Amino acid sequence: MQAFEYANPKTLQEALGLLGSSWGEADVLAGGTDLLGLMKEYIHTPKRVVNIKGIKELGGIEKTSAGVRIGATVTVAELLSSGLIKSQFPALIQAAQGIASMQIRNMGSIGGDLCQRPRCWYFRSGYGLLAMKDGKSLVANGENRYHAIFGRAPAYFVSASSFGPALIALGAKVKLASQSGTRELPVAEFFVAPATEDDREIALKPNEILTEILVPAETTRNATYEVRQKEALDWPLATASVALKMDGGKVRSAEIVMGHVGPTPVRAPKAARSLTGKTINETVAEKAAATAVKGARPLSQNAYKVQLAKAAVKRALLRAVS
Amino acid sequence: MKTEISVTINGEAHTHEVEPRLLLIHYLRDVVGLKGPHIGCETSICGACTVAVNGKAVKACTMFAVQADGAEILTVEGLAENGKLHPLQEAFWNEHALQCGFCTPGMLMTAKELLQRNPNPTEEEIRHGLEGNLCRCTGYQHIVSAVKAAAARMGG
Repeated sequence: MQAFEYANPKTLQEALGLLGSSWGEADVLAGGTDLLGLMKEYIHTPKRVVNIKGIKELGGIEKTSAGVRIGATVTVAELLSSGLIKSQFPALIQAAQGIASMQIRNMGSIGGDLCQRPRCWYFRSGYGLLAMKDGKSLVANGENRYHAIFGRAPAYFVSASSFGPALIALGAKVKLASQSGTRELPVAEFFVAPATEDDREIALKPNEILTEILVPAETTRNATYEVRQKEALDWPLATASVALKMDGGKVRSAEIVMGHVGPTPVRAPKAARSLTGKTINETVAEKAAATAVKGARPLSQNAYKVQLAKAAVKRALLRAVS
Repeated sequence: MKTEISVTINGEAHTHEVEPRLLLIHYLRDVVGLKGPHIGCETSICGACTVAVNGKAVKACTMFAVQADGAEILTVEGLAENGKLHPLQEAFWNEHALQCGFCTPGMLMTAKELLQRNPNPTEEEIRHGLEGNLCRCTGYQHIVSAVKAAAARMGG
């Protein structure tokens, strides 16, 4: 691993002053689950690492007038043991349960989950985020069985975030701080499909820190369902998170978001609208799931993921009302 | 540039100057000299390096030593008290929960937190709880039996 300067600030202002104006100058460290892997492989070689775990205001889960505030450094284990989250947001709990191993749940943070880099093996092997060679995508013509089915040139990796789809379904926002102030962004806009190799897959700028996540208090039936190759220690193959606003037994409005199928979490607005006024049952859920994956454009080796994403949507819908 | 860290390991205070890029597992093994925590994959997969930091099981290969500054660390060497094996260690012995022993320190440290959180786990809960620790010898059955036996011994 390349040597770096270590900073351990105690306040957010101090931390923000230690960041760089371009990527590669400084990386933010919370649990380190992803960052250490990136640094060991020389995918990230920051000159400075800024540990934000010592900044008290970035922790904690609290009820606010608008909903629930989750500090960026809250660990997956802390989230799982929060009564506030358990009672209102099963979609988040179910996503957290999928994050592999007690040790990683003890260290990994929710902010880190949102900011983690893609698992694309071309990216992790040093071919860059878009894995282009001589103007052509190595993914589109190569080993792409775990890649996007909702990808568009030039981005075919899948967003690795476990919480992203659930937070989007719940209508959550992230708060991003820099020395010039803070901005709030819907989680749906936090994830972006990069157009060039110099872009990132998230809207965070090099001089910003993700400080907290704000989940609105609206009452919904919500759930996450993950399809995985094995239960232990791997990212899911396809997931779905849903949030349903109900009028008695009928859906007033719905949000359906699929994970691990595109360079960002993928919303399915048409499928969600088709649920309005309906009671969720096997047939209704199956139909909405088929609509959700209608626009999928699988690559040469990953057509199987279309069926998995469909199953995830159906099962998430049924889980939400069970 | 080196950074000074102070940690308590198995009840003993240590202060060292370390390079920020030094992983906790290398610090424990090469600086402090505790060879109990093992290095398997060094990529967060195998769990052989598991130690408890402030009472929580973590993979010491995926943590910088500087992140542990001020922390209390427990390694497998600190499990036995006053020369008496921890009930988990005894159960691993009695139930033949190891062959080569490489994964054992990590298994013990993870199982310890598993039983703290859930003193009377089902077989499925044990298997789920140990998902971050790989064993290539036993096929896991004896490990699961050992954790069950330890739970019974500890009054779960």
